[in-house]
Amino acid sequence: MHQEYTVIEGDFVNAGKASSSVKKTLKQLNVNPQVLKRVVVALYEAEVNAIAHAYGGKVLVDIDADKIKMVVADKGPGIPDIAWAMEEGHSTARPEVRDMGFGAGMGLPNMQKNVDKLNVTSEVGVGTTVEMEVNFH
Amino acid sequence: MTIQDIVAKLGATVALGEERMDMEVEHAFASDLMSDVLTLKDTPVLVTGLCNVQTIRTCDMASLEVVVFVRNKRPTEDMIELAEDNDMVLICSQYSMFKTCGLLWELGMKPLY
Repeated sequence: MHQEYTVIEGDFVNAGKASSSVKKTLKQLNVNPQVLKRVVVALYEAEVNAIAHAYGGKVLVDIDADKIKMVVADKGPGIPDIAWAMEEGHSTARPEVRDMGFGAGMGLPNMQKNVDKLNVTSEVGVGTTVEMEVNFH
Repeated sequence: MTIQDIVAKLGATVALGEERMDMEVEHAFASDLMSDVLTLKDTPVLVTGLCNVQTIRTCDMASLEVVVFVRNKRPTEDMIELAEDNDMVLICSQYSMFKTCGLLWELGMKPLY
């Protein structure tokens, strides 16, 4: 099953709609609630990042019987130092992002804690791609 | 204890979920930082001063069902609609975060950590 969503820069009102939709799908598929929570928390963090830090992007989701693959690909500005961004507490969030309760530098580390596979690639001026996988069993 | 006990102790108003007042709850977590809420493994009552649509979205993702907004903050119609879709309970406390937490502690609510 393949799903695609578009996320728009600064659109905090709709931040989480893609993750919420994926949650509903996984519920219908009777995915274990603890696994479901790990999936949606990681995806939500990535979705919020694309809205808060980037110029929007796409969320691509592929679900099969054993696992879910999620790709959040944004349109820039890119992360100059991924290792720095992966450390808890490191953030470049603007004040409006912090006003929404985010921007504490916990997003990428929290994604890593919740997924079985995480790959972050980024090119400054081009964009960032976050690929995540969670096994259902 | 039940949600009704919390409402009575705080002299709070219920913005959503009147029909779930007999739901049993045991733990609470207080934060305005949604990134922190997303790290929780358990599903406590959330006490927060952050009253916007992302509070509700975050609770949906983290599977939290009960939110206590402090300092008389009132959820908007958009928030209530989204919370209704997720069977949540929204409570408004007139007190500060500190006093709300103190009263819940007095009531016997347990911390997560």
